[in-house]
Parts: sequence; structure tokens; C-alpha cells
Amino acid sequence: MDITFENVTYIYQKNSPFEHKALENLSLHIESGSYVAVVGHTGSGKSTLISHLNGLSIPTEGKVKIGKYALSENEKINDMKELRSKVGVVFQYPEHQLFEETVEKDIAFGPENFGVPKNEIKTRIQKIIPAVGLSEDLLERSPFDLSGGQMRRVAIAGVLAVKPDVLVLDEPTAGLDPRGQKEMMDMFYQLHKEQGTTTILVTHSMEDALKYADHVIILNKGTKYMEGKPEDVFVQREALNRVQLDVPEIVQFISEFNERFDTTIPFQNQSMTELAQMIQRTLKGAESP
Amino acid sequence: MNNSLIIGQYVPGTSIVHRLDPRTKITIIFFYVFIVFFANNLPSYGILILFALASTFISRVPIRFIMKGLTPVWFLIIFTFILHLFVTKEGTVIFDFWIFKFYSGGVIQGIAISIRFFLLILVTSLLTLTTTPIEITDAIEDMLRPLNKVKFPVHELALMMSISLRFIPTLMQETDKISRAQASRGVDFRTGPVKERIKAIVPLLVPLFVSAFKRAEELAMAMEARGYQGGHGRSKLRELKIEKIDILVYFVFLAVITVLLLTRTYG
Amino acid sequence: MSTNLIEFKDVSFRYGEDQPWVLKNVSFTIDEDEWVAIIGHNGSGKSTIAKLINGLLFPQEGEILIDGKKVTEDSIWDIRKDVGMVFQNPDNQFVGATVQDDVAFGMENRGISRETMVERIESTLNAVGMKDYLLTEPHRLSGGQKQRVAIASVLAISPKVLILDEATAMLDPNGRKEIMQTVSGLQDRQGLSLITITHDLQEVVQADRVLVMNGGQIWDEAEPRKIFAKKEELREIGLDVPFVAILADALLDAGITIAHEPLNHEELLEDLWTLHSKT
Repeated sequence: MDITFENVTYIYQKNSPFEHKALENLSLHIESGSYVAVVGHTGSGKSTLISHLNGLSIPTEGKVKIGKYALSENEKINDMKELRSKVGVVFQYPEHQLFEETVEKDIAFGPENFGVPKNEIKTRIQKIIPAVGLSEDLLERSPFDLSGGQMRRVAIAGVLAVKPDVLVLDEPTAGLDPRGQKEMMDMFYQLHKEQGTTTILVTHSMEDALKYADHVIILNKGTKYMEGKPEDVFVQREALNRVQLDVPEIVQFISEFNERFDTTIPFQNQSMTELAQMIQRTLKGAESP
Repeated sequence: MNNSLIIGQYVPGTSIVHRLDPRTKITIIFFYVFIVFFANNLPSYGILILFALASTFISRVPIRFIMKGLTPVWFLIIFTFILHLFVTKEGTVIFDFWIFKFYSGGVIQGIAISIRFFLLILVTSLLTLTTTPIEITDAIEDMLRPLNKVKFPVHELALMMSISLRFIPTLMQETDKISRAQASRGVDFRTGPVKERIKAIVPLLVPLFVSAFKRAEELAMAMEARGYQGGHGRSKLRELKIEKIDILVYFVFLAVITVLLLTRTYG
Repeated sequence: MSTNLIEFKDVSFRYGEDQPWVLKNVSFTIDEDEWVAIIGHNGSGKSTIAKLINGLLFPQEGEILIDGKKVTEDSIWDIRKDVGMVFQNPDNQFVGATVQDDVAFGMENRGISRETMVERIESTLNAVGMKDYLLTEPHRLSGGQKQRVAIASVLAISPKVLILDEATAMLDPNGRKEIMQTVSGLQDRQGLSLITITHDLQEVVQADRVLVMNGGQIWDEAEPRKIFAKKEELREIGLDVPFVAILADALLDAGITIAHEPLNHEELLEDLWTLHSKT
């Protein structure tokens, strides 16, 4: 499903003393099957953007198109449920949404609401449990007896069990330890590759955006600040610093290196090994005048 | 979003009414509520109305905020007025319709009761409009202090109140977050039969309770780590002070009471 | 003369008889004025150490001494005067209705006079860069700001040790920076030991010493540079390795030998520069 924002403005508590413009004239396009990272500092409008993707918010002005669904002030869709079954959202700290008596029931909750047949749900759970890194003997346990990391995986399994076409991830690894973070990000990436799930990652981590996304959108003050391929966006250090964002560490290092050695090693999303070789060649080249 | 949450209905300001010691405000309102029932003729009502309107004016709280506070009680005021029209059978008949007879006494009584009602609401909302919840808590703690002697946990009560107030915005945000998450999982809070909608509350309430318990536990630990061990031996940063202006206001109010008692009809 | 401010002697802890040990035979000391980082993956036992230090938990075996005093039920009120703690969740440790009330809370508990409180509120909020928010309510602050207030609240009772128990885990990058800047500013304060508990290796660079926890035991204990050198092992126990350490390894593979394990970009560049000018 292609996603398009056309001049979207969203105002919280319109006509009150607390009126606040969260999005302003935002236009963007997300191609079906792509992996897009949305980056911006806190308060840049990321959360508001997410809530437009499954109709939790309706634009105050402008229009949002998600596949065949259109959301705007005067075209409210009747079947919001259908849209929400197509767009899965993993919110920040998703373990806070668990409530059922058993892990299995909680994972089944979403699919049941969306009318997936019982035995189909069973089959899906069988497949998802190992994919999210849980073991089957947890299914009968209460989700509240699990560790924080396991709870997070249960919540994510609950979103994946709906089999959404679009997966929205809002800081999905916040609070996990480095290993947990990497496992989880790799899992989403694999899903994206294997099933062609359109993935929208909202993150503070430039490193993750660089590693996984094929398109980056930088938000600032509710509007699009920059957009493009990660390797094109992330080299613009000054522009990013202006909106309180850092560049990925590798970009930072390359530019410091270039400054110090008066060289012009480009950033082209190279691996660490490639970078080391480039540095080696540069130093060698410099020593033989 | 964040900054849009108003706790209570406090309207920040620097007027005399805002600056009064909260105990002064509570005391005066307490007695005002009493003396409202003493008024029984035009001048005595007049002085009460004058006092309430003057306070409102001095507080500089925008009229629309006051009207907003009154919205839920308009219905009550009108209802009591009509009730009096029907049940009071004093004075002359001023209107005769089918089996109903409306008496002049009913009209007067109805108006009087409505005015009392209106004044009570106005004055009490003026308290919450010009006093932060934490000031009210401080005042209550201070005014209940004598109850310490009978082992009533005054400090604990005040601390509980102030922590609850502090966590209202947090829990409101949390409720919003969880309901969004569950709506994304296909819960429909807005449409459908009542039975379904009641069922839809479970996925909202369970996580909310779980999180509230977790917060309470963590908060208790943080308080303990910061050396909290009950009210004994504690000092206080917030200090209530009776200033000149408080004494002045007490005198004005005393004058109001005197005028009221002098002008009301006895016997 | 440096003295042991904190001493763990063969400490073991578990939550119940039938539960597995969270800590097993842990011994270490922390000196006055020292900055020690405790790292380890979630569940490695690192946060339990913090709670044992100020008597929120008690060990089943072994003993813990703070400034020579043993941590027991009877001594915890004294010990909590010396040990200040900042926890993970910014919301769940903000007690006061406003910033100044929160900073006052710990002082009120200890019966400190009002005049002193007012003074210390000003000086500690100044130290964490929050003096303009005296009357602000918590829901109007960012996570990083709330954590800075929490640090000020702790400093106000002038503890000997400040423990940050994953205090940055729930913050965004800007919030993290704010806290790390605040903390390294405090390091200069005399007579304050710092314990930062984290799973982020980037945050331990400035520490004097690092304790690496794994499976309830001390896995390693050394200065950051030596810890960083054990890349493979760190990965095995679920920890991250900093960028410069990975690059130094890659450079080695490419035939450039770095003289010593770099802690930051500057050191690595410096080494490369030395190499470069030598040849």
C-alpha cells in the first residue's frame, strides 16, 4: 500500500487556549514495500504522524491516503477496522498494552478483533512465536510473569499476528539492552525482506536509520525538513545539527578524519572494513609524495 | 498535548484573590456558605451578591471560565426554581392554568433559592479558580493539624492528595496512550452495542491498573531512597503566612456579616 | 589518602528461597571521589547492586559497608543520607507538585530548615542547569529535565555517593546528552563518588573504572580502555562495542596497528596522525 500525505496540517485542541500545531503542511510519499525511517527530535511531530497512519487522528487540513483509504476532514472512512488491520502499529513500550490472562490470548486479541478465524490464528501464533524469539511453553503463562524483554516480544507478536501490510514501529527497541535491540531490529528487517512488509521506523537512532532504511524523512516542527537516501541525508551534518540531530558516528568520524588529514574520503554507506581499507590507502598514498 | 492539561480549573494570576492565604479563602468561603442561608430580604441578598461579584471582579478571572464552571449546575438552578413554583402555596395567585396555580410566594422563593445556589457555586469555584490544588492541600493539612492529637494521619492524607494531584496528568496521558494502542489492535471504544463497549473497557483498564501499581511501587521506592519515613520530624518548604491583606479581607468579610445581620428581617 | 567508601564482601542476593541467585559472591570496593560504571545486559544483576547499596534490599549472604558502616535495617536512614539514587523512570520518582517541591522533598524528610532548603534548591538547580524552572510542574518537563531535577534533589542532601541506576535508559539522545554533561560536570565536585549503571558502553568512557556484570557475578573489573579491548567477549555477554573499538580492529585487519585501544575519535585520530607522520 502506497502512503501519501498531501499538505497535512494537524492542530491539537483547536480553538482553545492550548491550540497547538503538531503537523504543518506536511507532504510525503511512502512507496509500497519500502523501509522508511522517520527521524526528528522529541516534539517534531513524529507521534502525530504515526497516528494518522491508521486513522487514530484525522488531518485538520489536507489529506492522507493509505492504499485505497483516504482520510481527511470531509471524507471519514466507515470501516476504520479494516484500515487498522492493514496497518499494524508497534507503539513505544508496547508491553504496556498487554492485558489478557495468557500470552496466547493476548497475541490472539488483535486477530480476533479483526475477524481472523480461530484455527488460522493458531497457525499464525505457531509461526510467530519462534520468529519473535519466544518459546512455546510461554503461551500458557501470564504475560505479567515475563521479563520486560519477553513482554515486549509478546506485544510485538500480537501486532504481527494480524499480518499487516504496513508495519509502523515507534522506537521499538527503547529500554532494551544492546543484544535485545539488535535481535529485534534484525527480526523486523527480515520480515520486511521476506514478506515485503512496508516498514516505517520512527527512531532517534541515526545508526538504525542508516543500517536498515532505504529512505529517510527528517521531521522538524511538524514539517518535512529533509528527505532522501540515508547516505545522501546523513552527510549533511550542519543541516542536521541545526535541528538538534546528530549524524551517524561513522559519518562524524569520516568528516573529522578528512579535516585532520586534509583528505576527501566520501561517505557511501561503506562497511567498517571498507572504511579501514580506505583509510589505509589514504595514509599510504600520502606517505609517498 | 503535554502542556494542554489543566489540573483542576486553576487560572494563573496575581490578583489579591490569588495572593490571599489559602486558609483565608477556605475560612471565608466556609462562613459565606453559612450566612447565605441567613439572607431573607433584598438588602441582605444585596450585600451577599455585592461581596461575591466584587471578589470575582477583583480576581480578574475571565467570565467565560466562571460560566464554564457553572454550566453543569444551570440545570439544577432552573429545576429548583420550577420546583418552588409548583410546591409553594403562599402569597397571591398570579397565574392560573388548568389544575396549576402559581403563587407570588413561589416565584419569590424560587428566585431566592436560585440566587443562593448561584452564589454558593460562584464563590466555591472562585476558590478553585484562584488557588492551585497544592495550596488547597497545604491549607487543609494546616487546618486539620489539631486532629493530629487524636492520631488522625493529617500529613499522610495531605501527601496522598498532593501525589494524586501530581499524577493526574501522567495517568491521563497513559490512558490516552493505551486506548490508542488498543484501538490499533481493533478495539472499538466509540460504536457498537453498549455491552460490547463495556467489554472494550477491559483492555484499557487492566493495563492502566498494572501501570498504576508499577508506578506506585517505583515511587514508594524512590521516596524511601530519599529518606521518607512518615511525617515525623519533617520540615516544610511550603509555608503559609497570614499577611496584612488577609487580615484586611477578614475585616471586610466581618463587615459583610454585620451588615447582613443588621439588615435581615427577624421574627 | 583514598579510602573505601563502599565495600561489598562476598555478597549474594536472591528474591526468595526458591528463586535463583541474582548476585552470587560479589566483592568489590569503590573509593572516595571515584567514578565507577557498572555495565551488563538486562538481568545481569547490575541494578540489584544499587538497591543493596542504600538498603532498599538486603543480602542473604555477605555484608556491605558504606563509609565503614554496615548496611542493616537500623543503619539505613543514616546510609540513605550518604547514598543518593536516581532511578530509570523520570515520572515515577518525581514526588513534588513543582520542581522546587521535588528538590525539597528529601530535605523535608530530614527536617532541614526552610532557609537552608531555599538556598540549596537554588544552588543544586543551578548545578544541573534547571534554575529557570523553579515553579514548573512535572508534566511540562521533558524526560531529561525531570532526571536533572532528580539529580538536584539528591545533591541537595549532599550525599557521598550518587548512583544513577539506568537514569538515561528512557531518554532520547538529547536527554542523554544533558544527563551525561550534567554528571561529568559534577565529577569535579569534591567528595562525591559516582556510580553509573547502564548497558550503554558509550556512557562509561569517562568513568575511572568499569565493573562488568554477567550472570550475577563480576565478569571483569578494569579501566574503560582495557574493557573496550575485549570486543568479542563483550559481544558474547550481550554488550555493545563502541565505534572506535570496532574501527581500530578493522584497521588492524587492513594492516594499520593502533598503538593503544582508543577511547574516542580524538584518540584514534591522534594515533593515526602519529603513524602517518612517522612514516
